[in-house]
Amino acid sequence: MNSISLGLAEAWRLLITFDADLFEITALSLRVTLSATLVATLIGLPLGAWLAINRFRMRRVVIALLNALMGLPPVVVGLLVYVVFSRSGPLGVLGLLYTPTVMVIAQAIIITPIVTSIAHQAIRDLWADYHDLLISLNATRWQRIQALIWDGRRALMTAALAGFGRAIGEVGAVMIVGGNIDHATRILTTAIALETGKGEFGMALALGFILIGLAIAVNLAVHILSRTETGSRW
Amino acid sequence: MVTPILPLTLRDVELRRGGRRILGPLSLTVSGAGITVLMGPNGSGKTSLLRVMHGLERITRGTVDWQGGAQDVRARQAFVFQTPILMRRKVADCIAYPLHLDGVPRKAARARAAEMAAAVGLADALDKPSAVLSGGEKQKLALARALIRTPEVLFLDEPCANLDGRSTREIESILTRARDAGTRIVMSTHDLGQARRLADEVWFLYGGLLVETAASAAFFAAPRTAQAAAYLKGDLLP
Repeated sequence: MNSISLGLAEAWRLLITFDADLFEITALSLRVTLSATLVATLIGLPLGAWLAINRFRMRRVVIALLNALMGLPPVVVGLLVYVVFSRSGPLGVLGLLYTPTVMVIAQAIIITPIVTSIAHQAIRDLWADYHDLLISLNATRWQRIQALIWDGRRALMTAALAGFGRAIGEVGAVMIVGGNIDHATRILTTAIALETGKGEFGMALALGFILIGLAIAVNLAVHILSRTETGSRW
Repeated sequence: MVTPILPLTLRDVELRRGGRRILGPLSLTVSGAGITVLMGPNGSGKTSLLRVMHGLERITRGTVDWQGGAQDVRARQAFVFQTPILMRRKVADCIAYPLHLDGVPRKAARARAAEMAAAVGLADALDKPSAVLSGGEKQKLALARALIRTPEVLFLDEPCANLDGRSTREIESILTRARDAGTRIVMSTHDLGQARRLADEVWFLYGGLLVETAASAAFFAAPRTAQAAAYLKGDLLP
């Protein structure tokens, strides 16, 4: 209990003193996670829509696989990305290991199945409603996908936020591929792991509270900006 | 000169689902002008026939042919469903959507949608979300959206089911105006009064078969089949 109150006090102190290190790692956390969410959204939403409206052999297998990949172990993803981008790996020549870019790649791999799967479910339901209409209106396949993504945007926002939520709290993969390097690849989760390892529970908890606050703030901001949960909206 | 999409010819069409015969075999031709009303008890195949003609059902046997050489056949016909399928958009955007698909610029599409909304009595609802409309307004929206491309053929599946007298009258007025403007209409209804008011021609279906076709006046005066006679009398058909 004492540690928690100490953590809260430390979090408050860091915030009101505009601690430079805190703001740096918070900004990097946001940058990496928002970038990964953007990448996952750009891939996941059209893919989810495409899976919802197309019938092809092995479709059920693909969807089952996608759902299974929602539980991808971050440490394993981190390890695979590390091997691929390490100096002797196939993409080692790019020199991306221990950079924020490779952290974005790792997080995007982890959350793309989540975004795709939730998007697929949301669009599948909407497609059931719209199917006859869009066929009747002679909409092309791409026009159907556009209509489903646009009209299902609030449900799809939930998919993106679920991906963001998973990524912002992720530590295993980014620790391996980013290396938790001070002023380079240190983000909130890896900093928490480091402080905990050092026995600095107050600081670790402080960073934890800030991480939770950040996740809630981003979710609230998105909901407010997109005006969900207001009258007469879907 | 654009080739008209009519006549529409169905030859030996049969529709089966799960081994069960839903419709046919039947052959028919849709041509000329006016309003054809499909009548028959529940399960007689009215909705299935409309969907087959519009291309929403994959038939098991037979052929459905529009006038040879006609382009963009699907975009030149429209369908109004019994339960209106409304997009999650404002009324104006719902009505304008077919024009959006055709690549019409947004401003021009909205202006045309406003004209259509006024024509069906939805001028005051343009900026409302479609979900808040009443049942009659939703059906009028669906009609405005169907008519915005000025279709050559309009299919309607019981467009006034569950609507009150006033809404029914308004929708019938829209339909007669569309017919007078040259749109060929094929619709189903259970409402004998509506069929008498609107139909130029009646097709009577029973058990998935087209058992009688006749000019409206002749059908209501002296139906040729026992099933149609019983239906008009109000008897419960097996």
